[in-house]
Amino acid sequence: MPAFPFESLEKGQSIGATTVRVNRADLVRYAGASGDFNPIHWNQRFAGEVGLPGVIAHGMFTMGAAVQLVSDWAGDPAAVIDYQTRFTKPVVVEDPAGSNPSEYAGTEIGVEGTIGALDAEARTARVDLTVTVEGQKVLVKAQALVQF
Amino acid sequence: MSINPALQGRTYPAGEPYAVGREKIREFAAAVKAGHRAHYDPAAAAELGHADVVAPPTFAIIVAQRADAQLIQDPESGIDFSRVVHADQRFTHHRPIVAGDELVAELHVDQVRAMGGGAMITTRAEIATTAGDRVATAVSSLLVRGEDQ
Repeated sequence: MPAFPFESLEKGQSIGATTVRVNRADLVRYAGASGDFNPIHWNQRFAGEVGLPGVIAHGMFTMGAAVQLVSDWAGDPAAVIDYQTRFTKPVVVEDPAGSNPSEYAGTEIGVEGTIGALDAEARTARVDLTVTVEGQKVLVKAQALVQF
Repeated sequence: MSINPALQGRTYPAGEPYAVGREKIREFAAAVKAGHRAHYDPAAAAELGHADVVAPPTFAIIVAQRADAQLIQDPESGIDFSRVVHADQRFTHHRPIVAGDELVAELHVDQVRAMGGGAMITTRAEIATTAGDRVATAVSSLLVRGEDQ
């Protein structure tokens, strides 16, 4: 449970913002950790053959990385009792010629959170996340419910 | 091959239990760049009242995607994995997942909807401990793109 009182929250209040960077090495790491080895997340040729603009991040990488803002705000990751999103736009992860694959800065994902709804009876706060790459939303209806 | 509409309403029983390990939680947390100490340090997790390191909010995808694999690999489903796109995802946690848990997932195919030459399939993995306590519900919508999409 968060360390600050539910009563202190207001709808529309910001919980903060952060950025997450993702490169090809991060995608390999996520593939191994999650068990999702779909080659569209690590093989340029295959991604192109199935009609994608390039290697793309796992939607679940972006979803998982974005909720960190809420876990840190709440003070306890287990306070996030419900979390949902729609994946609308693929996050393309480039591999520029001459770059070091594990050191390349990669694609920057912006994450901002605001309180979208408060339920005084259930003592939950719904945090609405805005998750963007170059100003375009990559997740839609990304909502995390925090239990107080 | 098209998606078999008779999949709707089908249930796949829980398979082998998934043993949640402390190192796996740490590995997954690092992979999603989650820095909270409760994912890594049992003492930090204990301060928050958890029995061991606590999983990040999306960790249950590991168990849910293993359950989904039963459907995707079912020769009767007609699903070509290389044409599957994750359309949306929801996790509802009934209690936190911590290291030491033994989890099983029963998969329900809630909806199969034809879309163009492909289909949108909504699955629901009901995740519980081997003792039968409800842990999480993971709902996934998978878009299977048609040959011309």
